[in-house]
Amino acid sequence: MKANKEYILEMLKASKRLDGRALDEMRPIKIEIGISENAEGSARVTIGDTVVLAGVKMATAEPYSDSPDKGVMTTSAEFMPCASHKFEGGRPGEVEVELARVVDRGIRGSECLDFEKLCITPGEKVWLSFLDILVLDHDGNLIDAAGIAAAAAFLDAKFPALDSEGKVDRSVPLTDKKLPMAGIPLAITVRKINGVLMLDTTEAEEEAVGARVTITTKDNGNITSIQMGGIGGFTDAEISEAAKITEKTAKKLRDGAFKKAF
Amino acid sequence: MSEKKSGKRPDGRAYNDMRPVKMQVGVLKHANGSAYVEFGKTHVYASVHGPKKVHPRHMEDGEKAILRCRYNMIPFSVNDRKRPGYDRRSVEIAKVISEALQPMVFLEEFPKSAIDIDLEITQADAGTRVAALTAASLALADAGIPMRDLVAAVAAGRANGEILLDLTKEEEDAKDAVDMPVAMTHRDNKVMLLQMDGDMSREDLNQMLIVAKEGCAELAKMQKAALREKYKVE
Repeated sequence: MKANKEYILEMLKASKRLDGRALDEMRPIKIEIGISENAEGSARVTIGDTVVLAGVKMATAEPYSDSPDKGVMTTSAEFMPCASHKFEGGRPGEVEVELARVVDRGIRGSECLDFEKLCITPGEKVWLSFLDILVLDHDGNLIDAAGIAAAAAFLDAKFPALDSEGKVDRSVPLTDKKLPMAGIPLAITVRKINGVLMLDTTEAEEEAVGARVTITTKDNGNITSIQMGGIGGFTDAEISEAAKITEKTAKKLRDGAFKKAF
Repeated sequence: MSEKKSGKRPDGRAYNDMRPVKMQVGVLKHANGSAYVEFGKTHVYASVHGPKKVHPRHMEDGEKAILRCRYNMIPFSVNDRKRPGYDRRSVEIAKVISEALQPMVFLEEFPKSAIDIDLEITQADAGTRVAALTAASLALADAGIPMRDLVAAVAAGRANGEILLDLTKEEEDAKDAVDMPVAMTHRDNKVMLLQMDGDMSREDLNQMLIVAKEGCAELAKMQKAALREKYKVE
């Protein structure tokens, strides 16, 4: 692994990558929706050799007392042991917790999902949406893949039917009513390795260490969440540059892979 | 600091004013290093233990020390009692604080050992992670652990249409609120921690970075003064 790391750093000096991509070039992306019969909405996202699944399940619950007229969303992420020898299963570690929280904040901050429309009876009953993210195959750039899958799963999702007592009725198919998801919030990560900013890193590239910044933008280009991580620092000029790159890349995805899938 | 705008905040501060800041180094007897920091009504203790043996052993790194961080809000630090123990917010905050500090420390000088940082939020009024990181940096220095640089941290943000430094909980509750914790190194203003929540333009981002940079520079001076206060020659 070490020789690989030194080689990657050496190539980066000439702005070259192992797989021949440009620094700001994503690997081929595929979004497949409706991949699970039993989910209210689901998606499989493939970026190069990275595969991530996202699914949305709905339930009803009492609202929180401080937001009686708003639905609730919870996000979990699990890195399956089959995805990498580095993953062990069990209670979510800090990497999984961070990924889930970054994706969650990106969607929440964008207000693309209308929580008020997830209210059934104010103060009594609201929709509770569970977003579950599963990493099936890990070749880097997991946050972006997870964010894309999450947005696609919500766009794909339809409400289940309620029975006469107002409980979710699983004996009938889903209704035709889509979840109130307007727009596509997308988290894009820029990594800095040896002073070079790059997009869509592979696992080997991520092994070469470096800091990252993930910036979520919504359709109008506004930023709805930022998360820096990894080891290292950015100058403020690099942060501004990363914001430009992520906005452009998210737009390209909305106009490309998302258009194709929906 | 740059020119102040006329619009006063609920507590009378200008947009680029910090709340009253207090810093004290070496406040805990049994830690190798410690610090106490107040940003207004946000109060934090930081302690450093180590370098010491690693438990459990499998976490040991043969080439360098591991830097572990724990962030904890005590149950009565907030209005609604915080249930003690594991929660996902604390796990994430501890991770980003630890990552911000790792490049500061000469970890390679202490293979097979651990440096543990414990951050106790005793009172919370927004900005707990930045106050905690500012305190952690002081506690590491107080522990005599060799460091490349120190970090200072503060939140920039927006409330009611204005870009602000060091928001209180009251300001964070504004409808259009944006909160952006930032940590920077003393010497060359490298951003070591950056998070954001809300909805803002790229122009807002750039302005917040400017305000945060000023705030971090001011805090850096106070951090140095706090260290000199403990380590002066009589």
